[in-house]
Amino acid sequence: MTGGAPAIDGGFSHLKFRDPARAAALELALASQTQALGRAPVSIMHVCGSHEQAIARFGLRAAFPPALDVMMGPGCPVCVTDVPEVDEAVALATAGVRIATYGDMLRVPGTSRSLADARAAGARVDVVYGAVQAVELARATDEPVVFFASGFETTAVATAAVVLAGPPANFSVLSAHKYIPPVMEIVAEMPGSRIEGFLAAGHAATITGWGVFERFVARHRIPVVVAGFEPLDVLAGLVRLVELIGSGEPRVENAFPRCVTRDGNRPAQDRLWRVFEPQGGRWRGIAHVPNGNLRLRDEFAAWDTRRRFDIDLASLWDHAPPSLVGQCTCGDIMAGIASPHDCALFGRECTPDAPVGACMVSSEGTCRIWHQYGGHPDLRQIRRRA
Amino acid sequence: MCLGVPGRVISIEGDIAQVDFWGVTKPVRIDVIDTPVVPGDYVLNHVGFAIRRIPESDIAETLALYDELLRPAGDDDLMAADIRGELAAAGAPGARR
Repeated sequence: MTGGAPAIDGGFSHLKFRDPARAAALELALASQTQALGRAPVSIMHVCGSHEQAIARFGLRAAFPPALDVMMGPGCPVCVTDVPEVDEAVALATAGVRIATYGDMLRVPGTSRSLADARAAGARVDVVYGAVQAVELARATDEPVVFFASGFETTAVATAAVVLAGPPANFSVLSAHKYIPPVMEIVAEMPGSRIEGFLAAGHAATITGWGVFERFVARHRIPVVVAGFEPLDVLAGLVRLVELIGSGEPRVENAFPRCVTRDGNRPAQDRLWRVFEPQGGRWRGIAHVPNGNLRLRDEFAAWDTRRRFDIDLASLWDHAPPSLVGQCTCGDIMAGIASPHDCALFGRECTPDAPVGACMVSSEGTCRIWHQYGGHPDLRQIRRRA
Repeated sequence: MCLGVPGRVISIEGDIAQVDFWGVTKPVRIDVIDTPVVPGDYVLNHVGFAIRRIPESDIAETLALYDELLRPAGDDDLMAADIRGELAAAGAPGARR
């Protein structure tokens, strides 16, 4: 299902778009706005796997001016699930507890093993597409079912909703849910960070509203533009972002008004924050992120796996980690410090069929996306040679 | 899993709507939607939950985007796979409490 020839031509052609004239106009605007800044590189970070998929799949980087550097940050919730979080699920599974989780979580490496490894050794791990299905599994049995839940705030809303609906007593949530706004602060403050603007993900902002980014802009004086996933939406968002960078007056702008409002989805936010509270914790390969993890509140302790089970992580430390793990540059890639080009393992020892790091596992991971859509979709280099 | 998937509400019973996705009807939870919906409305769905009512004026453009994403895609296309995952989440045999 992976590897081999890319499914889609990664080159940029206006004819691929539903509105070729608009694509051409946006490409031109992006070039002139970037040139007007008079410096290079101009670095923009987005924080969404779907944005990277759209950029790579539609060959948008070939339409970016050479001075514009658009990189994916920590926008893959599976990828930033920390090693000890995976270890908790693996330890439970190894101890005979049934685990339900999203498919992308299976092969994310823990200290020595992944859930897929545990399953191959006889543990019971079920793939589900949503929290409701995990609850259904629990209803069909008397044994404990642990939902190992990943995802940003948009997905955490679904977990919150099933917890509020009063799931059966044998159901519990091992939350690896993460909250995006705090990690933007961490990445922006990293030494050596060159980020001048953030492209925020449309559907996460559907829940939180674009107003959630105002505090970030005030603190860091870095503009944020909320953009959709249509290739033209991405281009239009970037044009606006480069304009804002040039204006010297950073603010939040909503380039996706058909989906996002200032206040967002209040009923969803209400459920999210009734069930979860933000806690500090490590994001894999990046840093400790204050308020970056979503954990169940005391009131819902009865469905909190961490309070229901005594999880024996030490049992996993007898095994040596795979030897290549030390060379994985996933963390630097998600922090915007490196690209998959810079990784010695990318496409060689590390492939979708034999992933070394989490970024090659998930369909939202930078490495997986680059590998899928032609490996090296930065076509500026090809264009320069041509 | 960030993309979500749009569909048209056929009927509603409590917190569950039956939603039409390209001719296939599947149950979706509507307890976290931003605004009440009625049959005929289009909703954007993520992991089995409707998260937003799609305004009338945006329906055509939204559907065109998903047609574009699904149309030329092979089995291994990541965006099409995400959308199929969203459909599978909506199709949970018990999208009920």
